[in-house]
Amino acid sequence: MTVQSTTPGAAAQELARREHTLSQRVQHLLHQRPALSPAIILLMTVIIFTAVNSRFSNPAALSLLVQQTAVVAALAVGQTLIILTAGIDLSVGAITILSTMVMATLAAENGWPAGLALAAGVILGLAAGALNGILVTRIGLPPFIVTLGTLSIFTAVALLYSSGQSIQNNRLPDLLNWTGEGFSIGQFRITTGVVLVVALYLVLGYALTQTAWGRHVYAVGDDPEAARLSGIRSGRLLLSVYAVAGLIYGIAGWILIGRAGAASPNAIVDANLDSITAVVIGGTSLFGGRGGLLGTLLGALIVQAFTVGLSLAGVDAQYRLLAVGILVIVAVSVDQWIRKVRS
Amino acid sequence: MTATVNRPQDTQLRAPILSARGLVKTFGRVIGLDGVDLDLYAGEVLAVIGDNGAGKSTLIKCLTGALVPDAGHLVLEERPVTFRRPQDARAAGIETVYQTLAVAPALDIASNMYLGREERRRGILGSVFRMLDHRGMRDRASAAVRDLGIQTIQNIQQPVETLSGGQRQAVAVARAAAFGSKVVVLDEPTAALGVKESNQVLEMIKGLRERGLPVILISHNMPHVWEVADRIHIQRLGRCAGVITPDSHTMSDGVAIMTGATNLQDPQPTS
Ligand SMILES: Nc1ncnc2c1ncn2[C@@H]1O[C@H](COP(=O)(O)OP(=O)(O)OP(=O)(O)O)[C@@H](O)[C@H]1O
Ligand SMILES: [Mg+2]
Repeated sequence: MTVQSTTPGAAAQELARREHTLSQRVQHLLHQRPALSPAIILLMTVIIFTAVNSRFSNPAALSLLVQQTAVVAALAVGQTLIILTAGIDLSVGAITILSTMVMATLAAENGWPAGLALAAGVILGLAAGALNGILVTRIGLPPFIVTLGTLSIFTAVALLYSSGQSIQNNRLPDLLNWTGEGFSIGQFRITTGVVLVVALYLVLGYALTQTAWGRHVYAVGDDPEAARLSGIRSGRLLLSVYAVAGLIYGIAGWILIGRAGAASPNAIVDANLDSITAVVIGGTSLFGGRGGLLGTLLGALIVQAFTVGLSLAGVDAQYRLLAVGILVIVAVSVDQWIRKVRS
Repeated sequence: MTATVNRPQDTQLRAPILSARGLVKTFGRVIGLDGVDLDLYAGEVLAVIGDNGAGKSTLIKCLTGALVPDAGHLVLEERPVTFRRPQDARAAGIETVYQTLAVAPALDIASNMYLGREERRRGILGSVFRMLDHRGMRDRASAAVRDLGIQTIQNIQQPVETLSGGQRQAVAVARAAAFGSKVVVLDEPTAALGVKESNQVLEMIKGLRERGLPVILISHNMPHVWEVADRIHIQRLGRCAGVITPDSHTMSDGVAIMTGATNLQDPQPTS
């Protein structure tokens, strides 16, 4: 803008340049702060839905909104890790259900102590995630194909194992139902499940931003060959990412029991798409190496806010799908645009 | 044994820091390296020149663990070594700027310089909580970039993808210069650099030599090669066509050997 020029047409050039710089500046800002756009969208969503129906932002409704978001928000943590490595996980819901059914069945049918049953379910989640990781890293299959396959496998195993039967919470030990227990802070009602989800975000957020492991996750997703030449053992790293994601799905299975009041093999049918949607709306790039957990949390809240807000506004539920679909496409377009950043 | 001609007298008396014998590397039916020997002596700049596809990058990748050769062996400071991964060579003190630069675009400059060798905080934060020493790495990365005399980089926390091609190359070179302890390998480090920046890299190469660090420099820029190199390894069609020095041969001699217009001698048997 400060370039001095005496050639004719310089003013026009400068104008073009200034407009260019403004859009570049926005681009640059979004590039530096990937959670900014979902934060703005969430804020606008809350303001608009509150204007339409003031009940939207009363404490009871907001508490419910947060509780309803908990399971998808937990799953989206694992999904974020995998998408950061330029992968995708379609077996999110299947692993969660498998973990849920195993911990519930062991406790309710086989008389295992609650703690042991819980641990078995969570570890099974870790093992299932590790299996995905082994197939991706050792056999070199694309994550999409691997998890498409294990989606069916884990779903089938969960259905066979549970004979397709749900287990109600009155048959489950207190420990497994504990994630549904609540307490109040002022007028807001929080469940232990929600607290667990917040803890997951804090722990994994720390690991991603403050440890070498987190940096390597970004590096491998960004440019696997560069990461390899920089001395990162990408196979091992990917395996750890899939295993950690599986562990998170196992914990999410526990949260699901508290939320649903039962362990059901037919729960959370939309988990895969919902978790991917949350990650994408949250500004994490499907091409890997870019994004973070804060955006994902906001993304999960946005999707749920749309669902609750539209139903409070008396709008047909189909419009929620429409709105989320548009948001996903906008989010990916913004990501593509941001990736063109050059100084 | 080697196709070496006119090697300076003194180098023959010393043992090489790094030497390779009979390196072979094939990619399916493509032959990348066809039995190549190389010796690198302390405090020298060894240039590697050759046409596109002559096997220069493949050669240095085999020296630095980025590729595992099909045959042949390496000796580092008189000890046989095998590098299965880049980190093996790094751990042995060999630092490399690959032709593709090997930087993660979305990470910032400091993170890239410390990629794969991050430093943790002191005390319990580092040992138990594995917390990175962001500040320390940033400061040392700034110092390394400054040492190289790169002024165009303002912010060490800038993502590498926002840098120009030349600036990226400068970051990769600074990384190698900062961490190389035995050998520094540079694959076309000035390809994207301007005149001034190229000269800075050449000065840096001379500085490394003064510190006693040997450098392997791949370049298509003959004036650069003739300016800094002590010896020149000419790579042709996957083989070594000979080793010359800037004093014994002119640039046009070098190019003629490189393109096969003249033979340095009749090809030497490698055994
Ligand atoms: N990963 C690979 N897969 C298949 N062929 C390869 C691979 N890497 C190198 N080659 C082949 O090996 C030969 C030598 O390649 P190399 O990259 O070493 O050449 P170079 O001398 O570095 O060329 P340039 O000057 O273009 O960088 C070429 O024929 C190339 O096609
Ligand atoms: Mg090359």
